[in-house]
Amino acid sequence: MIDVKHLSKSFGDHLVLDDISEHIYPGEKVVVIGPSGSGKSTFLRCLNLLETPSSGTITFDGTDITDPKTDINAMRRQMGMVFQHFNLFPNMTIRKNITLAPVQTGLMKQAEADEAAVALLRRVGLEEKVDAYPAQLSGGQKQRIAIVRALAMKPKVMLFDEPTSALDPEMVGEVLDVMKQLADEGMTMVVVTHEMGFAREVGSRVLFMDGGHIMEQNKPYEFFAHPQCERLKSFLDKVL
Amino acid sequence: MGFWESIMAQYADLSAAKQAIPFHIDMLHDFYQSFVEGNRWLLYLKGLGTTFQVTILALIIGVVLGVLVAVVRTMHDQQRVGKRNPLLGAVNAICKIYTTVIRGTPMMVQLLIMYFVIFAGTRNQLGVAMLAFGINSGAYVSEIIRGGIMSVDPGQMEAGRSLGLGYVPVMRFVVIPQAVKAILPSLGNELITLFKETSIVTVIGLVDLTKVAMQIQGRTYQAFMPFIGIALVYLVVVMILTWLLGILERRLRQSDRR
Repeated sequence: MIDVKHLSKSFGDHLVLDDISEHIYPGEKVVVIGPSGSGKSTFLRCLNLLETPSSGTITFDGTDITDPKTDINAMRRQMGMVFQHFNLFPNMTIRKNITLAPVQTGLMKQAEADEAAVALLRRVGLEEKVDAYPAQLSGGQKQRIAIVRALAMKPKVMLFDEPTSALDPEMVGEVLDVMKQLADEGMTMVVVTHEMGFAREVGSRVLFMDGGHIMEQNKPYEFFAHPQCERLKSFLDKVL
Repeated sequence: MGFWESIMAQYADLSAAKQAIPFHIDMLHDFYQSFVEGNRWLLYLKGLGTTFQVTILALIIGVVLGVLVAVVRTMHDQQRVGKRNPLLGAVNAICKIYTTVIRGTPMMVQLLIMYFVIFAGTRNQLGVAMLAFGINSGAYVSEIIRGGIMSVDPGQMEAGRSLGLGYVPVMRFVVIPQAVKAILPSLGNELITLFKETSIVTVIGLVDLTKVAMQIQGRTYQAFMPFIGIALVYLVVVMILTWLLGILERRLRQSDRR
């Protein structure tokens, strides 16, 4: 579904991603872990071109999205993204936050989008917040709504960039529950996270990144039970 | 005999007799000549109306121009390295020249050039004044707005773009509304400056509040009352504007907290 070939990214002289090739298959839940500065967020942000790769190609559903001629907006409509800091639009109600993109891109009419928004909010248990503003919500509520906002575009894949890192510990669960529910419905997901429990429980494949390379990858059980490389062993020792 | 007639009669008698005129009689006499005689206060009111017209139209032109220039300039600066759009580069260069020239030359000179050079064929002073002040204000407003846009969290743009929206819709619906809130105090300041600066439209002969005072001074040879009078009018209007802007700011802030 997403095919990454020889992806490199550098900021100035600093090489963040070093020749990464990876494939993400439909329905997979790929969890990316690694120490900070390992390039995992940059990798994720390259997938929908929020960061422009320095070299290499990324192909989404057969379309090379790194080609300058590709309509990147059309591609991004099929890839939802959830950010660490939620990035809800504070100047709009929740309803408007969710319906802005579907209506503006012509995916839905306003009435239709409003209905879809309420239906999606009901799924995450926040339908009574439809007329609230983001500032009135807790972090966990904001992040659940950010997920709903991305889902409103009916994406084929969801990218999560440390979705629980900015949350109070007691709110992490409610966000992870929504993500689990999404995973159970068969959504293709790429998740950058520090939640090892989530990786183990929900992930279908876990990648370990360090220094701009994918050092190791495996099915979750094997990954955590029998880590191969030393770097991963010491990382897991520290975080588990 | 009414109040004013008695004052004028006393003044005439005293000056005919070459006697010292008491201060209050002198002042009232000047006041009468400057404001009351021939319903001159109506002229001030008309002048104030012209001042408002120039200010408001110039503000509208200025904000529209300012937003356009600010968007072009931030759009240019936010382009990916190596993927610069040459057309945008050209428009950006024009915008830069515009702000440099306008901010680097005196407003009065710009007004004179507009009226006597560029629009030499027209006698429409009001239109030229609005345009000149609008263009001038646009250069300052664009820098204010650019600062506002840059103060909005880049995550907002990323979130909008990640949903598949183009640069312009995200700017329009997400970034600019937030930027405007952040820059409201500076914009209010610009409005107040603009309102006061319009007094130099007198150089092209437009009869604004200041010009009215000058004309009345020419008729009555009184300088004190007309000029102190209009100074007070300017002051009061600015105080009212400051108060209104304060209310608006508090309103916008409330929507944050809720």
